[in-house]
Amino acid sequence: MSATDNSRFPFFNEARTPEGAEGWESMYPYFLVPSEETREEENSRFWFADTMHWSRAVHPFDSIGAEAVYLGAGQNSTRIFALPTALGLDVRVVNGYVYISPIAVTDPEEISRRAELFQKRAGYYYANWDELYGRWKEKLLAAIASMRELTFAPLPEFDPIEVVTEARGRSVSWDLIENYHRLTDGFFLIWQYHFEFLNLGYGGYITFFQFCRQAFPQISEQNVARMVAGVDVLAFRPDDELRGLAALAAELGLADRFAAYSASPASPASAAALLDELAGTENGQTWLKAFEKAKDPWFNYFAEYGFTHDQDTWAGNLSIPLTGIARYAAKIQAGEDISRPVARLREERDRLVAEYRALLTEDEARQFDELLNLARTVFPYIEEHNIYVEHWAHAVFWEKVRELGDVLVAAGFIRERDDVFHLNRFELDTVLFDVVESWAIGVPARGSKRWQAEIERRRGIMAALRSELAPPAYGIPPEQVTDPFAVMNYGVTTERVQEWLGAADGGDSRLTGIPGGPGVVEGVVRVLRTEHDLGLLQPGEILVAPITAPSWAAAFSVAVGVITDIGGMMSHAAIVCREYGLPAVVGTGFATARLKTGQRVRVDGDSGVVTVLEEAGA
Amino acid sequence: MTSYTVPFDSAACRDAREVGGKALGLAEMTAAGLPVAPGFTVTAAAYRDFLDENGLHDDVRRVLGRVDPDDPATFEAAERELAELLGRAPLPAAVAAQVRRAYAELSARVGLDEVSVAVRSSATAEDSAGDSFAGEFETWVDVVGADDVLAHVHRCYLSVFTGRVFSYAAERDIDLRSVEMAVVVQKTVRARSAGVMFTLDPITGDRSRIVLESSWGLGLSVVGGEVTPDRYEVDKVGLTLDKRVPGDKRVEYRSGDRPVPVPEDRRTRLCLDDDEVLALAALGRRLEKLQGGPQDIEFAVDEDLPRDSNLVLLQCRPETVWSRVKRAPAFDAGAGLMTWVTSSIGTGDRMPTRAGDGEGGHRHG
Repeated sequence: MSATDNSRFPFFNEARTPEGAEGWESMYPYFLVPSEETREEENSRFWFADTMHWSRAVHPFDSIGAEAVYLGAGQNSTRIFALPTALGLDVRVVNGYVYISPIAVTDPEEISRRAELFQKRAGYYYANWDELYGRWKEKLLAAIASMRELTFAPLPEFDPIEVVTEARGRSVSWDLIENYHRLTDGFFLIWQYHFEFLNLGYGGYITFFQFCRQAFPQISEQNVARMVAGVDVLAFRPDDELRGLAALAAELGLADRFAAYSASPASPASAAALLDELAGTENGQTWLKAFEKAKDPWFNYFAEYGFTHDQDTWAGNLSIPLTGIARYAAKIQAGEDISRPVARLREERDRLVAEYRALLTEDEARQFDELLNLARTVFPYIEEHNIYVEHWAHAVFWEKVRELGDVLVAAGFIRERDDVFHLNRFELDTVLFDVVESWAIGVPARGSKRWQAEIERRRGIMAALRSELAPPAYGIPPEQVTDPFAVMNYGVTTERVQEWLGAADGGDSRLTGIPGGPGVVEGVVRVLRTEHDLGLLQPGEILVAPITAPSWAAAFSVAVGVITDIGGMMSHAAIVCREYGLPAVVGTGFATARLKTGQRVRVDGDSGVVTVLEEAGA
Repeated sequence: MTSYTVPFDSAACRDAREVGGKALGLAEMTAAGLPVAPGFTVTAAAYRDFLDENGLHDDVRRVLGRVDPDDPATFEAAERELAELLGRAPLPAAVAAQVRRAYAELSARVGLDEVSVAVRSSATAEDSAGDSFAGEFETWVDVVGADDVLAHVHRCYLSVFTGRVFSYAAERDIDLRSVEMAVVVQKTVRARSAGVMFTLDPITGDRSRIVLESSWGLGLSVVGGEVTPDRYEVDKVGLTLDKRVPGDKRVEYRSGDRPVPVPEDRRTRLCLDDDEVLALAALGRRLEKLQGGPQDIEFAVDEDLPRDSNLVLLQCRPETVWSRVKRAPAFDAGAGLMTWVTSSIGTGDRMPTRAGDGEGGHRHG
């Protein structure tokens, strides 16, 4: 951090490029990169790192996510539902990391004009929520299915005979171009759908929250969330599948085999060995049948969040779910009940509601009922939509781009399929045209040498970018953070921003964040930069990560507390920590940079404070 | 024969007009099976007969007639004169006899010849339902022997007419002639720690909170403001202990007569453990449900009693400050749901951010 004073963060043009990453700007579409032309505007605003979605520097192709997310967010906030006080979130990529900036509406007249539109438009959705949400699921599944149907085949020497006999008049090579366009269109479509309900969902929840805060000034956010949260929601389903498979393994007498599996380091090879061995016994086969059944769709699930192509899905790296199953199996062997206490959770939720309600006057109770009903109507979307979008849709999307990579490898254009991610989406379109037209003309692709060299250069840049962490913010912070997304989803509040500013210059044994899950715990820290390191986490440790994802649930069963860099009360880390009863502090800004594996800390999930108690090895 | 004394566990002790708010609370707690130190109430009838038999009504009216609510100097003169008049007048013989008998029975009940008791005033008045007279009247602890008990009952009667009560009554437009004094006589608790519990947050008025303040020894040091007590905050709904703030407890009352210094090493050490706080809060929650509204409760941890039964409630009364505030829901009921939603979004500083920051309570709509 190089801010000259504590009133602002560095400007983009003051950002230092990591050594070896010079020229990173050329990798991304121009509108994602800070520029001379937009500097004045950029430097007048506040930008914070969206490490919740992109916890590491993004490859050129993956920046399509930053485009799609903030296209959908903007369309819905600004133009479709006309949120009264917030437009969209502006977006830039700096040193490979994604930064966003909430655009506020401040003119009172403009706000009231938008409020009128908002009430009418949002009102329609609230009034018809269940029906429209039902339609949303159908739309989403249809969009995923049509992406899945797209094929990218290597170009043949000659077009198939059907092109002639059906008088198509169109070469199959054009499918490559068309399907690529359809694939990216599908991706953008899904992100528009994603935001169709999200703002409104938050709006419903916030209204109930504010009611509770007025009636009970000190009510904890956890208790508000617990009154609303669903018990049987889709978000817990993948983890429930793992629990079920662990229980089945124990039942079939396979627990010892899983114990042996978790004793050695997990890898795709050891996973394959385990599955082979299981196939050799009758009980093993019975178990494998259930395992296969669970895979689709529940293992189409990213170990992190699905925003970068280089993240594993459970299906893509079976050692992830198998490690989770082995962990649960060990608990069963130790005599623990691993089933999610659904009945108890439901009972607790009802008790909480009844007790708060009993403290209200009649007038208050009427409003409480109405708003709780609204919050519960909208909340399933908040809890479930990630499964559809970030997991199922993204899993298909990245896989299709890899298939496209295979085509380019076959065409001799790139060396490895994943090289395709070193081109941004516009460059890839250009390259595909080059490939198809060169093929059509009958000459070698004209750009292959030049792009291979460029990909080599970019490989170095990516490594350099990824060797550094993202500073939490750039630019001039606002007096008040008012954007609903910034606050609820990212945990970026006025207070947090001030703390980032204060913390910018140096060491402190204290980190503050958002209280994500209630409780206080002390323990030894394990800092994990990516989900690939999850296996390092030891029982009883406190997990420190840029973000955590629902799919880390199995890890949550060994961790005793969680600390993240980013995330608010409604972030998945917080939702899942509450579900698992783990004390959590989210949205600290610096945890992965400041904390070191081996340090002993106290996590206070009630107040949102992390305190370093002892240095590593002390 | 008029009954001048009623034990806490008798139905007669639930007649508010005759026993006053404090005794009523103890009787109700006793009836509900809550842990209350045993004792009895000297009823308002005893006070009435004290005034009657000594022909004091006219004197009281005459002296009170000279009190000018706007002139504190007249308070002092009235206090002096009434103390003189009432102090000279003896307790009726029948009252004294019944108090002696009740004291003997209480002593026998706890297996002692002469039990040490606390003597507390329990004022009653037709229209004082909402008036707590908090701390306006006297309380004495460690009173031993029937003679001394009678002397303190007598002192309670005098305490109706003190300067601070005059000003308290004047502010609230209470006619002191309508106030009658019942007296609570209760076994003294051997308090390791004691204090006060509110079944709402007295600062924010949050009804979902329970706040306790506690110090070493008897509760006098907390009530009298002689120490900075420990403060404990409990979530009433989840019954979780959210906050412990150690106080600076320089003195403690081992007995009622005088405070002694607390050794350095105990001053800032918490005087209640988590289990005790939560058990007390659970009692507070029960009591609130029983009484139908937030309560102000005095409690003690008795060091003579075993750990699982050492919590004692000394008194309870309705909380009066926040309970008077008229509560309205967060949003204008007439405006409709969409107006509520619209006013809620785009106010980031008031959105869910962190728990318990105490800056809630905004009004919208």
